[in-house]
Parts: sequence; C-alpha cells; structure tokens
Amino acid sequence: MPDIAEIFQSLEYGPAPESTGPAERWLDAHDRRFGLFVGGRWADPTPAAGADSPERFETRNPATGEVLAEIAQGSEADVRRAVEAAEAALEGWTALGGHGRGRVLYALARGIQKHARLFAVLESLDNGKPIRESRDLDIPLVARHFYHHAGWAALVQREFPDREPHGVVGQIIPWNFPLLMLAWKVAPALACGNTVVLKPAEFTPLTALLFADLCVEAGVPEGVVNIVTGDGRTGAALAGHPGVRKVAFTGSTEVGRILRKQTAGTGKALTLELGGKSPFLVYEDADLDSVVEGVVDAIWFNQGEVCCAGSRILVQEGVAEALVTKLRARMETLRLGDPLDKGIDMGAVVDPTQLERIRELVEAGRAEGAEIWQPSDNGMPTRGSYYPPTLCTGVEPAGTLAQVEIFGPVVVLMTFRTHAESVELANNTRYGLAASVWTENLNLALDVAPKIEAGTVWINCTNMFDAASGFGGVRESGYGREGGREGLVAYLRPRGPKDDPAEGDATASHCPRTRVEFRPGIGGPSASRGLDRTPKLYIGGKQARPDGGGSLLVVGEDAVAATGEGSEPGERGLRGVVGQGNRKDIRNAVEAARKAFPGWSGATAHLRAQVLFYVAENLSARGREFEERLREGAGLSAEAAALEVERSVERLFTWAALADKVDGRVHATPGRNVTLAMVEPVGVIGIAAADAYPLLGLVSTVAPAIALGNTVVVLPSGSFPLAATDLYQVLDTSDLPGGVVNVVTGEREELVPVLADHDDVDALWSFGSAAEAREVEVRSVGNLKRCWTDGVAPGGGDALARNWGSAAWGEGEIFVEQATRVKNIWVPYGA
Amino acid sequence: MSHPGTPVQTPPSDPPRPPRARGEDTRPTAGTASGDRNPGIPLDLEWIRRMQVNRSAVERRAGQFGARRSLKKEWQAAWLLRAITLMDLTTLSGDDTASNVRRLAAKARTPLRRDLVEGLGVDALPIRTAAVCVYHHWVETAVEALAGSGIPVAAVSTGFPHGLSPMPQKLGEIRASVEAGAEEIDIVITRANVLTGDWVALYDEVRRYREACGDAHLKTILATGELSTLTHVARASAVCMMAGADFIKTSTGKEGVNATLPVGLVMARSIRGYLERTGHEVGFKPAGGIRTAKDALVWMTLMKEELGNGWLDPHRFRFGASSLLSDIERQLEHHLTGRYSAGHRHPMA
Repeated sequence: MPDIAEIFQSLEYGPAPESTGPAERWLDAHDRRFGLFVGGRWADPTPAAGADSPERFETRNPATGEVLAEIAQGSEADVRRAVEAAEAALEGWTALGGHGRGRVLYALARGIQKHARLFAVLESLDNGKPIRESRDLDIPLVARHFYHHAGWAALVQREFPDREPHGVVGQIIPWNFPLLMLAWKVAPALACGNTVVLKPAEFTPLTALLFADLCVEAGVPEGVVNIVTGDGRTGAALAGHPGVRKVAFTGSTEVGRILRKQTAGTGKALTLELGGKSPFLVYEDADLDSVVEGVVDAIWFNQGEVCCAGSRILVQEGVAEALVTKLRARMETLRLGDPLDKGIDMGAVVDPTQLERIRELVEAGRAEGAEIWQPSDNGMPTRGSYYPPTLCTGVEPAGTLAQVEIFGPVVVLMTFRTHAESVELANNTRYGLAASVWTENLNLALDVAPKIEAGTVWINCTNMFDAASGFGGVRESGYGREGGREGLVAYLRPRGPKDDPAEGDATASHCPRTRVEFRPGIGGPSASRGLDRTPKLYIGGKQARPDGGGSLLVVGEDAVAATGEGSEPGERGLRGVVGQGNRKDIRNAVEAARKAFPGWSGATAHLRAQVLFYVAENLSARGREFEERLREGAGLSAEAAALEVERSVERLFTWAALADKVDGRVHATPGRNVTLAMVEPVGVIGIAAADAYPLLGLVSTVAPAIALGNTVVVLPSGSFPLAATDLYQVLDTSDLPGGVVNVVTGEREELVPVLADHDDVDALWSFGSAAEAREVEVRSVGNLKRCWTDGVAPGGGDALARNWGSAAWGEGEIFVEQATRVKNIWVPYGA
Repeated sequence: MSHPGTPVQTPPSDPPRPPRARGEDTRPTAGTASGDRNPGIPLDLEWIRRMQVNRSAVERRAGQFGARRSLKKEWQAAWLLRAITLMDLTTLSGDDTASNVRRLAAKARTPLRRDLVEGLGVDALPIRTAAVCVYHHWVETAVEALAGSGIPVAAVSTGFPHGLSPMPQKLGEIRASVEAGAEEIDIVITRANVLTGDWVALYDEVRRYREACGDAHLKTILATGELSTLTHVARASAVCMMAGADFIKTSTGKEGVNATLPVGLVMARSIRGYLERTGHEVGFKPAGGIRTAKDALVWMTLMKEELGNGWLDPHRFRFGASSLLSDIERQLEHHLTGRYSAGHRHPMA
C-alpha cells in the first residue's frame, strides 16, 4: 500500500469498500439456502413432476464468481401452491379497504428505508452494480414507489370507481434492477387490491427474498405477496396458471413474445416492458460537455444493462468530431472495479453468459467494419465478469451494433444532417422504449419529442424515473405503463357485467338475423327489384372493388331456416351483397391508413371534432334509412333499430366532444422539471367489430379511435356488414379525409389473421369470439401490437356480449385508454 | 477573428502549445513566477456566443462528484495535505490589523502542528499554503512576515469587492500592490459588462489589468453569484482567459452566493475548452463558502475528473479560504489518533 507521501504526489483515489457484513449475516441467517415464500412463510420447494428431489441452483457474485446462496427452483406444484395462497388472501385483502392497504404499503416503504443499506449491499453483491447506484438510485426509488402507491391505495376507489382489481397477478421481473422492478410491479398491484405471485430473475433473486422477510416484518397479510424463485420454467408455470388473471413482465422481447403466445385467448391481462435500442439525439446547439455526462448516465449506468439505455447516439454532423473527442477523453476517467467500492463508475456484468454475449456482438460489429474504441486503462479487474466502456463509430443503421440490443456498456454513434433525418433515424428501429434529446433550443426539443416513437423522452437528461411518471414502451418494447396514473389502470379492470341491460336494452335484441355466405357461381337472385346496388370496400377514401373480384351474400337466417342449409336462400332471404375482401385488400387498407395517419393525427383536435360532428349530422339526416336497413335488412325490431341509430348519433357527439378534451397531464415528479404526460394516438388500429349492434357497435369503436387521432381498418359486423357499407357513404360526405377509416368486408376468419399478422398495424381490437381473441393474440407477436380482445372472459371462454347501448359499456375511459398511449416527456429547466 | 468588435489592445501572439494529456501528472513547482503564463488570444466573439450551458445537466453532474468518488484513510489524509498546499489563506475583513495578518502569515508557513506532520510521515513534503491573500493595505506586512518562505502574497484589487472605482484608480491599485511586493493580483470584473453582454468592454478591462500586473499573476474574480446564469459564467470565463487571465476565480466571498459546485464545473469546463482551443493552461480558484475538509475533497475531485491531476497543483488550482484549514487540521489529527479532534488543539491563524 502506498504511503501518504506517495499518494500526496500521485493523487490516486484508493479503495473505498462498503462493508458487506450485514448482508453476509443475513445470508448466513438463512443458511445460504432459500426456500419459497408462500402464504406468508418460508416453504421448502417440492420436486418437479417425475423428479425425486427439489431442484436448486446457485446465485453468484458476478464480481468474484463466488456462490452467495442456493436458490429453490420453483416447480409447477410450488407455483400452484403460491397461486392458491394468493387466491385465498384476496378476500381479506379486499376487505381491508384502500386505507388499510395503504397502511401496509406505507409500512413497506418505511421498511425499505429502515434497511436501505442492507438492501443496497445485497443488490450490488448479487447483481454486480456499483454500490453507489444501488444506494443512491435503486433503493431510494424503491422506497419512493411504495410511498407513492401507499397513497394510491387510499385513492383508487375514489379515482377509479368503475373498476376492480384483477385478482391474482403473476409478475416476472428481470435481473438488471431486481428490487426496483419488484417495486414497480408489486406496489401498484397491491395498491389496486390484487394479490401477487412474483418470480424474480434467477441471476438475482436475493433482494426479492429479503423483501419477503420485510413483508413479514411490515405486516403484509399472509398470501398477499408470494415469492417463487426459479428459471424460465417457473415463469412459464406462473403465466400459465389459470388462477392468474393478469401477467406483468419486464424482460427481453423474446420472452415477451413467448408470454404473449402462452397467455393468448386465456383472458389474462398482459403488460410487457421489453427491450430497447433507445436513440440519444445530440443537436449542434447542445451543451456538449453536459451531453458527455448524459452519455455516461445513458449507457455506462448499470453497466449498460438498462432496457432504456441510450445506446444509439445520433449526433448532428457539425459537432460529431468534437463529441467523439470529448467522449473518448471522458471514457478514460471512468473507473471499473469492485461493485462494493464507493468510488467506481462501473461494476460487473451480471453473469459470464451475458459477458460472452456482449463480446460476441462487439466482435460481430468489428467484423462488419465498426471502429471499436475502449479506454486505455480503466483499472478493470482481471477476475470477474467485467466489460469496458465501449464507443463504436463507423456504424451504419444496418449494422448489428446499431440494430441489436446489446444490454452492455456499448454505445454506437452515427451522424445526421437535418432535424427531419434525426427523427427518421431515431425511429428506424423495431423498438420504442425511450429517447434522449439534447438541444438548448426549446422549440426544437418540443418539436422532436412528440415525433419520436417512444414511451419516454428525456430532454437534456436521461434515465430519469419517478413513481409519479409512467414508464413503458411502444412497438416491440411492449405495452402498458408502470408508474403514475397511467400505470395503475393495468392493475384494474372494468367492474360489473358487460351485458348489463340497466341502460339501453338487452344485447340479444341487437343480434342481426342475418349471416354472410359465400356462394360459388352466378345465377343467384337479385336482392332488390330496384336499381342494382353493389357495396364495395372503402379504402383510402375511395370505394374500391375487392381485389379478388368476388362477392358475398348477406342472407336472412329465417330464410335459411325455412329453406334448409345449403339451399339457395331465395329472393326473400337475400338482404344484399358485399365485396369479398382478401389479404391484399387488407394490405391496401393498412397502407391507406398509414398514409393518412400523419395528417390525421397531426390535425387539430378541433378539426377532428368538427368532422365527427358532421358525421353525426349526416347520419342523423339519413337516420330513417339506417333504421329501415337495420329493421328490414338485419331483422332488428323497430325499437332496437331506432336505438342503434339514435345512440350512434349520440356516440359520435360524445367523441366529437372528447376529441379536444383528452389532453394529458403534467406529472408531479421531484426536482426542477416538468414531466409532460402527453396523450398520443396509438397509430393504425385494426377493428374487428362486434357481430351484434351492426351499426352502433361499429360507430362506438371507430368514433373514439379516430376522435383521438388514430386511423382505422374496420372489419364490420360479420353477420350484417351492410350497416358499415352504408355508413361509409356518410363518412364520404362528411369531410373525413381519405384513409382515416377503411372498411373491408369479407370472411372474418380470413381477414382477422391478416390484420393480426400485419407489422404496420399498431393495435388490434377484436370484439368477436374467444377463439378470435386467441387467434389475434397469438398472431400479434410479430410486431407485438397491442390487443384489445373483448370477446374473452377474464377466466377464459366467450365473454358476455357487450351492451353497446349503455353509456357504461359503449363509451368511456376504457376506450380512451385503448385508443391512446401516454408518452412522458421530461423537461428539466433552469438558466 | 476579424470581428468589428476587436478590442483596442492586441495580445502578444505566442504560438499555442499542444494540450497536456489528461491524467499526465504535473508536479507543483516552486514559486509562482515559473511556468508558462496564458498570454491570451484575440477576443473571439463567435466562440463566446456559441457557448451553451445547460443548468440542470450541470447541476446533476456537480452533484455526482461527492457521490461517485470516495476518499478513505491514507488517501483522504494525503489529499487533505495536498489541499493545504492549494490554499490561498485569506483574510479580507474591515477589522484586519497587522497582528492578525502576521498570525495568518505564520499559519501559512506552518499550517500543521509539528507532531501531526511527523505522525503522518510527511516531514519531507513542503506542507505550506500556496499564498496569503490580503487587501492592498496589508501587502507589505504580509510580504515581510513571509520573507524567506517562498510563499507569495496575493492582493485583492480594482475596487474589491464591487470593482466600480474609476479605471485609473483601479490600475493604480494594481501597480501599487505589485510595487509593495504582491506576486498575485485578484481583480474583480465589472459585472455590468457581463449582464449586458458587453464582451468587448470586459475583454478590454481585463487586458488592462493584465498589463498593469506586469509579472504578477492575474486572477479574475467573476463574482458568479451576481452573474445570473451559468451561461454568463461560461462566457465571462472565456473572455477573461482570452484577455490573459492566469486564473479565473468564482467569488469575492462577499456576494450572497459564493463558490458552488455547478459554477465550479462550468468554469472548469471553460478552462478545458480554452486549453483545447489554444493550448494555454489557465488556473481556477473557487472562493467563498468552502469551509470543510469534505468540501475541499469534493472540489478536488471535480478538478481531477474534469481537468486531471495538473489542476491539483497550486499553479492551476487554489482554494480561497479562511476557515477551511482548521477543519482539515482536525480531520488529519483524527486520522492519526482515531479520536475526533477539537478546534482549540490547533494553533489559530
């Protein structure tokens, strides 16, 4: 060890180790061998089916490779027990009321603070992150999250009177922020009245197990929180358990897809917070020295193992060279070392397998011609899983390093010429989690932020989080938000039966007495003795003949019944003919919707409102005609037909009214900044409308979607599409720009999968059967589009049909949530 | 460079030197007269106007120095000893007399108790403060008291602390202090020139002070607590360096807000920017409000991180401080004995 006189000259920092004593003692107290936390007590794991003894695995300190403890591999039986414990706890937890649950969450928040250092040290031991980060960032945010949601527990009933908790929630969390992700999952779930089964990541289970001890200390009722450790098999068992009503996952996009498929059609609610390749935009007027520190916080925070890491620097050409020079100089001063050292910037990568992945990706980049730059000497230990900070230049957007989420301390730098190109490059990714924008020009910042496809945009800052602000992605970064008001709704569902006839009349009276049939050949009867009417598809504001050049017959069921299956319906039974759309028509419709989206979403809300009012006016003017069509065509009663038309006009008015009133919030996040929770349209929405309520069901879904700036491709009622084809004539005369609403008629079983598969459809709403819901959800994994599958009950099976006539079920906040997404824009200020 | 606002005074055209590599150690050298001085460059208004400072980002970074680095045990002791050698031990009170100025000079020569120096094993190191800083009135007294020590005397000047005396008097004050033996002159800039963006006037003012200094080193006090924004701080720093400042200094100690870390970070970055462009090394002196050993370590960390070890050298870094030393003495005694110390155990300044 150098003496004082030597250090006086060298001015080195020296070691500053944090004591691991308390954490080691806690591990020893558990004999370094953990069971599962089920029903409020520790339980031994049970063997998997066919095995003699329970499986266990080791969790290691990635900085040294030393084993910290043995962890139980939760089997299916263990998961079952945990879910049963959570189910059993539901009633008592509900009975506790919002205030009572708030007290429990408050006790958890206090408990985190009381044991802050133990949690921090344990986290760094297990994960390899610097103690400074776990101590100053992770753990304080965990406490903040429980405090914030202790408050929400008391407010949920008042703020969301029409909703209720899902029940048992299954939560699967990643290894990069083990306890923080636990807090993000557990706090809102409990605040809303759910009970929880949580599976921590197998690399980093320890703080979740310490949290289990805290649950006992804080008086969390038995079974309300259950912790089941294990690998992906345990996660699959949890997501697959029928008692789990909602699944929340943070982790890789790959596993997100698996969970989407696994839960498809089960009626389980699902939120996914997945990967990213977040852009970090630097404009020529930025404070470049601050930009450099921003990059440090973006990609060399938590060893770059951050889903929202700013891993793609996009810099304006004129300042690129200066930035690279500054960055390289800064990288020289980053210190790598023992995560428990209070003076280091980067610790160890979580596991040797992750280290290997990072190495392989960087080498792949090098082979593609990227220039890889790493500091000359960073004190990187020779033992343990360490990877140095890395800056890659000479990378093109097509390069591996620019495309793939590396999840390590590796950043690529590319240049742009113009503001428009910066946005294009920023959005040139499958992901959409976060973005960071650096400019001193507020006009530019506020111009760019809304144009970036991301759930969070940080202006002149990065990796800022708070419990009051929602966090989550778009595109293949997943859906759902965590934190803030927008995060709570994921843990609530609408209360009461959907077919509630309290308002409007019974759902059954709105089922058309018709169906659509394909009849080969020519020679069928004409539907009308008047002038021939041939409804077409409505694509891009034009009436288009179906690509296949064929038609479908709309026939009355009574006529079918009278004449027998398979026979000609006869003149009396034929209600009309519609175009038989195919996959190319869907393609064309989506293209038209995409093309119309920028203009429509960018139009003023006032304009959208005016158009909707005008649609209402024109529909009202032709009300009698529509009533007649519903009566004589669809076979509805006079009352039902009248109600559909009247309510459709009313609904259009509602959404015209709301078009310019759904307007976001400013979140009260700490510090000197405004966090703008901006409400944005989802994009292109596919709508497979309900069979029942052939007019009102359609209007009730299309109106909110377009009112809030989306463009849509609609598959109308499968049994009576003629209401929709009549409606497009109304749209055509109401100044609705072409492509905002596209109507494709045809065989639903053929068209729904095409829409669900389509990678340029951002969301899909299915109001059909549970089988259709399953189909939609399974196929949605391509681009991880948001699904709203209304046809499946929370526990699986066909749901009750929605009563579109009622205000409670035919309109309301759920429609706003489905038609929008919240983007949080952090704007720190100060001159 | 041929802007219409080019000032009346043109600086000597020294060829720029290549910038020093980061991390390259620069040892303290004896006396302040040695080493290359910043000759200044012509006023570059384009550069000034393009300087951008984002306050929130600067504050975030400034908040990290104390959290990202930690100095323990021997390292802490060694750094605190170094802090002593970076100190402009200062008294700037209306009630100063010859006796407390002499006491201060004595403390500057022997800042640490003999037994502490021996206990720490640093007898061989030149542990004394970098300078003693007084008003012009006490320059002669201080020079006499420091005779033979090699410790220079710094004089605050140009109508300190407000800087609003007539220019001839301000220039005369500098010359008088230099004549009285001051080797370093701490001038105050006219804040109005910054607040109104009159960079030409500021440049001109500082160049005239520099000329009046002759061989004495020039420290320009920006009085950042009165400059309103960090962007002003950055621009004023750059103008002073262009005009030939040897040091840029935060505060007089008399403003409402004195040396803060965000201000220090902005000034350090300005120094780096000037170095990158011109190759000239300019020193930095935070002054006012730095009272604890912990504060000193955080400031030193800031300098090491932003500018490297070269700026933990009295040629390029000074603390303007009056009470800092006594806290450092107590911490060093604690390091040796393991017991918390008391102020009265250490000779007062």
